Amino acid sequence: MSTAVRGAGQVTPVRRRTTRARRRGAVTGWLFALPTALFVLLLFGLPLLLVLQMSASDWPLLGGNQGWNFPANYVEAVDNRFFMDSVWFTLKYTVLTTVILLALSLGLAMLVQESTRWKGLLRTSFLVPSALGLASASLLFYVLYSPIAGPFADLMKAWGFTFLGTPDGALWSTVFLIVWRYAGFYMLLMLVGLQGIPEDVYEAARIDGASRWQTFRSITIPLLRPTLALTTVLCVTGSLLAFEQFYILTKGGPDNSTITVVQLIYSMAFQGQNDLGVAGALSVIVLLALVVINIAQIRAFGRKAED
Amino acid sequence: MRSRNRRMTRAGALLAAGALMFGLAACSGGDDGGDASSLADAGVEGVDDGSTLTLWTRAPLEKQAKLLVEAYNDSHENQVELTVVPNDDYVAKVGAAAGSNGLPDLFAADIVYVPNWVKQGLFQDLTANIDGLDYKDSINKGHLAAGTLDGKEYVLPFVLDLSMLFWNKDLATEAGLDAEAGPANLEEFAEWAKAIQALDKPDTYGTATGLNCGGCLVFTWFPSSWADGQDVLSDDGTESLLASDTAKDIYATWKDLWDSGAVLPSSQDEAGPTWTAAFTEGKVGLMPYPATLLSSTPFDVGVAGIPGPKGGGSTFVGGDGMGVSKDSKKAAQAWNFLSWMMSEDAQVGVLAKDNNVVSRSDLADNEYSQQDPRLITINEVAAEGDTPVAINFQQAFNAPNSPWLTMVRNAVLGDASSIDADNDEITAVLSQ
Repeated sequence: MSTAVRGAGQVTPVRRRTTRARRRGAVTGWLFALPTALFVLLLFGLPLLLVLQMSASDWPLLGGNQGWNFPANYVEAVDNRFFMDSVWFTLKYTVLTTVILLALSLGLAMLVQESTRWKGLLRTSFLVPSALGLASASLLFYVLYSPIAGPFADLMKAWGFTFLGTPDGALWSTVFLIVWRYAGFYMLLMLVGLQGIPEDVYEAARIDGASRWQTFRSITIPLLRPTLALTTVLCVTGSLLAFEQFYILTKGGPDNSTITVVQLIYSMAFQGQNDLGVAGALSVIVLLALVVINIAQIRAFGRKAED
Repeated sequence: MRSRNRRMTRAGALLAAGALMFGLAACSGGDDGGDASSLADAGVEGVDDGSTLTLWTRAPLEKQAKLLVEAYNDSHENQVELTVVPNDDYVAKVGAAAGSNGLPDLFAADIVYVPNWVKQGLFQDLTANIDGLDYKDSINKGHLAAGTLDGKEYVLPFVLDLSMLFWNKDLATEAGLDAEAGPANLEEFAEWAKAIQALDKPDTYGTATGLNCGGCLVFTWFPSSWADGQDVLSDDGTESLLASDTAKDIYATWKDLWDSGAVLPSSQDEAGPTWTAAFTEGKVGLMPYPATLLSSTPFDVGVAGIPGPKGGGSTFVGGDGMGVSKDSKKAAQAWNFLSWMMSEDAQVGVLAKDNNVVSRSDLADNEYSQQDPRLITINEVAAEGDTPVAINFQQAFNAPNSPWLTMVRNAVLGDASSIDADNDEITAVLSQ
């Protein structure tokens, strides 16, 4: 309708009314979007600009902004003696948690879906840890793992090991905490995906005589792809930004073996060097890496779906 | 339409409330509308006119801070509002406040961070006021020196925390050791630890330390070097001397103790929070220990300076210094608190009464310390102690990933082959 009116090229009362109505509509629309836009601008846009400015400035925590220092911060960030170690450790941790969490949560989801009698109980018990904040969960496990106060203290003494005492022990103890905390959440996402697969597809497979394994490989997995994409992106991004669990459980130890990238940023800013400039530069590097990794993931899943 | 109107009204109310809160927050940010006062006309006593002062300290000194603030508020017109911040968050909180010009009137700082914070300009110059105190010469020199930059003084000692060698007298006697005399040098210290370990009591160990706690190790191992006359840092604080023969002797002693199983096993991962717990529970024979905990140790302990490899005794004069912040608009009133804090009323009537070490050597011998000869020992050793001064101290020693921790862990838990290389890494951080 609007093209016809515009095509007429005349100012008709009809047109004036529609323009005014449309303008009013646009204003209302903007008003509706305004609170969100303001929030995004204030809580995301401005901090991002501030970090960009910090990353290019000489900015000690206690001294404030001391002027431009552009490439130096980035050079110092990459030259930091823990930079490569923390990148490597973060990637290792991300691969471990993503693989274990997704496989386990898919298994749990199928278990819950298949079982009929215990469905409610199972679903609830898997989901309960998700109700605990990550920091609280980490503190809980800090006590559980403690060789002094924990319930396993005697066991640890008898066997001569501690959960957080060796680099591998600390890594696996943290992975266990994360799996315990998040398995239920990812199970829920998987469950929604599973329930979205139409029953008649399975029925057709059964009629064709497909085995359980064939059904799982050729029907469940392909039709679950959007869910798998979502959970992978969530899990990878979350793990790359890991902080609380390591801050509380290991503080980067033992012997600096569990420093994640975000922890490196934190310690650069607040523990020791107190240099917000270099910390900002590290943050920008992490941000760019995240953008690239997420684009790659979304592309990979998107392309597969088209095949 | 009606519901939208109502929603708009509600949104408006929320906005108004938000603005109001913002306004209130802005008001309470230090300036209560009173006149700004300067330190120049504060005099020796400062101004006591009923102002409200804000004071920040970190959690380990909460007990002493509370006692001081309560006593001050009871006897003065000015009122101090105390904020206690968890130890690990303190630097971040002070940093954020310094960046937004929101520091409290007074704040304490771990004495090893003071040189850096003074250099960053977080404190106001107190030189004229401190020079006006007639007992200035008896104020703890280590703390004063840490807070002095280019001949100007910024910081006074708030609470002293000394590291002393503590031994459990019952365990020592049981092991056939002379519980009244104590070990004379580091070698005897090791012999004592092994003898108590040899008692083979369940859950009881010879000694303990915090091998993943840079601050604890600085606090308890530096004095062994000093007792031998060996410095740990160059005078300007940019070079580490921690690969000296004396230092290597100290690491070797601890490595020997660790290898022989005389050290509490959880010391390996101890990052600080519970490094004194086992001794306080009576499960450790002897260890270098913070003197502030003397009053809360429930059994009979012997106390001496921390010995070096050849004997002697020294201590790390730690604790916190306090100054007037750069953002304070009530500097003269804040000085009134500091001036009172150094007075005999506060030092003896509050700190010594609670079995704390006093910050003035002329008050070391007081009515409370006379009741406990151990306090006199502590006060005497305090005069021979030291406080290391370095701008990058936190990064080099206290940070969880500091090169100092790497060095100690390699030297005690590892094969001790990389001490010189690790020491160079500490120097590299110190000289940044």
